[in-house]
Amino acid sequence: MTLYIARRLVWTIVVVACVLAITFAVFYLLPAGDPALRFAGKSPTDAELVQIHKRLGLDRPWYVQFGKFSEGFVVGDKFGWPGLGYTYAGQTSVKSLIVARAPRTLLLIAGAAIIWLVVGVAVGVLSAVKRRTIVDRAAMGLALVGISTPVFWLGLMALFIFWRQLGWTAGTGYVSPVDSPTGFLSHMILPWIVLALLYAAFYARMTRNNLLETLGEDYIRTARAKGLPERSVIFKHGLRASLTPIVTMFGLDIALLVGGAVITESVFNIQGLGYLAINSALQQDLPIVVGVVLLASVAVALANLIVDILYAFIDPRVRYA
Amino acid sequence: MSSARQGTAHDGTLLEVRGLTVRFPTSDGVVQAVSDVTFSLSRGETLGVVGESGSGKSVSNLAIMGLLNRQRTAISGQVEFMGRDLLTLPQDELRHIRGKDIAMVFQDPFACLHPMYRVGAQIAEAVTAHQDVSNDAAWARAVELLEHVGIPNAKSRARDYPHQFSGGMRQRAMIAMALVHNPSILICDEPTTALDVTVQAQIIELIEEVKREFDIGVILVTHDLGVVAETANSVMVMYAGRVMEYGPARQVFEQPQHPYAWGLLDSMPSVERRLSALVPIEGSPPSLLAPPSGCPFHPRCRYRFEPCPTERPPLVAPVPDAHPDACWLKWDDKVREAAKRSVTRLGDAA
Repeated sequence: MTLYIARRLVWTIVVVACVLAITFAVFYLLPAGDPALRFAGKSPTDAELVQIHKRLGLDRPWYVQFGKFSEGFVVGDKFGWPGLGYTYAGQTSVKSLIVARAPRTLLLIAGAAIIWLVVGVAVGVLSAVKRRTIVDRAAMGLALVGISTPVFWLGLMALFIFWRQLGWTAGTGYVSPVDSPTGFLSHMILPWIVLALLYAAFYARMTRNNLLETLGEDYIRTARAKGLPERSVIFKHGLRASLTPIVTMFGLDIALLVGGAVITESVFNIQGLGYLAINSALQQDLPIVVGVVLLASVAVALANLIVDILYAFIDPRVRYA
Repeated sequence: MSSARQGTAHDGTLLEVRGLTVRFPTSDGVVQAVSDVTFSLSRGETLGVVGESGSGKSVSNLAIMGLLNRQRTAISGQVEFMGRDLLTLPQDELRHIRGKDIAMVFQDPFACLHPMYRVGAQIAEAVTAHQDVSNDAAWARAVELLEHVGIPNAKSRARDYPHQFSGGMRQRAMIAMALVHNPSILICDEPTTALDVTVQAQIIELIEEVKREFDIGVILVTHDLGVVAETANSVMVMYAGRVMEYGPARQVFEQPQHPYAWGLLDSMPSVERRLSALVPIEGSPPSLLAPPSGCPFHPRCRYRFEPCPTERPPLVAPVPDAHPDACWLKWDDKVREAAKRSVTRLGDAA
């Protein structure tokens, strides 16, 4: 078990190192124009540019730059760990920007994840148990709608109905839960649901299909032959075995959202990480984009690690392999 | 003492199956999986059910156990157990019989145990399914049964997961699970097919031991005629979902009456019979979507004559002393063929 986790841990580090290298290559070795130009403000003199080049380390060969870049990420820079450098535009540290934005995105993801997991699995189980009935068809029909509906449209419709027409919730924007817990909930409930809907639909279909497949297994017949009540057959024997792929998807989906709840954030003006990344990309403020990309990839790598470890707990065959 | 023991019919009959018929409606048509199967099982009896794949052996047993989806299957006939018809019993009442009075051991022990639960826990679960006992007591019973079916170090092995067991051990565990509540009937659906040859004999022996010790009735489904010859008291030969021949094992083996049974016996290897002496049955089993008219075996039968393709032979004893078969051949022909066969067999042995 320890060996298994250690092996996975080493792999995670290797993956993060690769991501670091690729990110560096994409954003620093192939820049769209001279970064110093953006750093320097309006009409800089040549002397100023040379100075800025020097300060940013852009006059050094690429491998020295990469060394600096990696060093900052691994051991930290003057802004602490992980060092992500400073932005071109505001000349503030990238880290402080990310730290300020991250809670919004993370809270958005957390709330949505709980909703989609609970709703998705529940609907999926119901659909599988009542397969080929009107309940199943209705649930799967709705799931198809959920998967096909664009998030921005859904977000706008939700805002229009529940905020403008009915006045049940607060509108766009973000209120910190520390400042006002109710204001936070009122602002977040729509983005949570809108973001969760797509995933819930997807999870419902996945749960249904996995469970149906599992329910056809021989060991389910054994469970019935033992005389177990149908409830135990489905939940204890069926769902347990169907859980593995769902856990995998769940880990990866959450990780992917860390850098990518862009549309939901934009529609509801939450200004989290996705919003930060998009704006920075538009302004070609590369250090911020690099910071968010790195954060997102580390999140994915970590999620993979956690999923792998969870696997071992869920499925004994992995533990002893 | 289980309630089954007190309530059995006076002649020791445990199970009476009459006219069991199973149909699966599919998009391609209706699969006639089992047609008009009638047999009975007594305490202490081993009924061997033989036939090729797709002859309806397993489906009949699943129907008896109530393990076929009633919504998507048309089942008719009667399965009488302790004065109750299992086919019309509500699901939740049937559940109290399943695993308690009638237990089943399946073909593939690799797929029949849940991969994510400990072997002991799966057996303990069978205990608590019908008995209100503590988890510790259920676990203790599981260990006791594992020991009983010959798992060494049962106490520690009970904590293993199925993938840590060998095939034979898994099948032993399945048998232990079936024995939890001292059932009256044990249905074994090809219990040795997925196992190594050396292990097969052990499992069959174990089933026989269990039968004697618990005084139960065993339905042994197999396509291994050798196993049937060794253990069965009576034999039912099935083909295309129908019973072709049904009688005491000794009679069926010594004087088989149905051409299909002759074919089965001719295709069975043994120490005396070299592979070259085996005679396969030509052709393959019919589609159950559109089984042949008349006798279902007639397209492959070397002895077919005028009534076979059109009229279905009933399952009756051709003469008072014989056992029932479903064949139009005259009794004299059957006797002559059977005698010829035993001569060839003697010739092979010589």
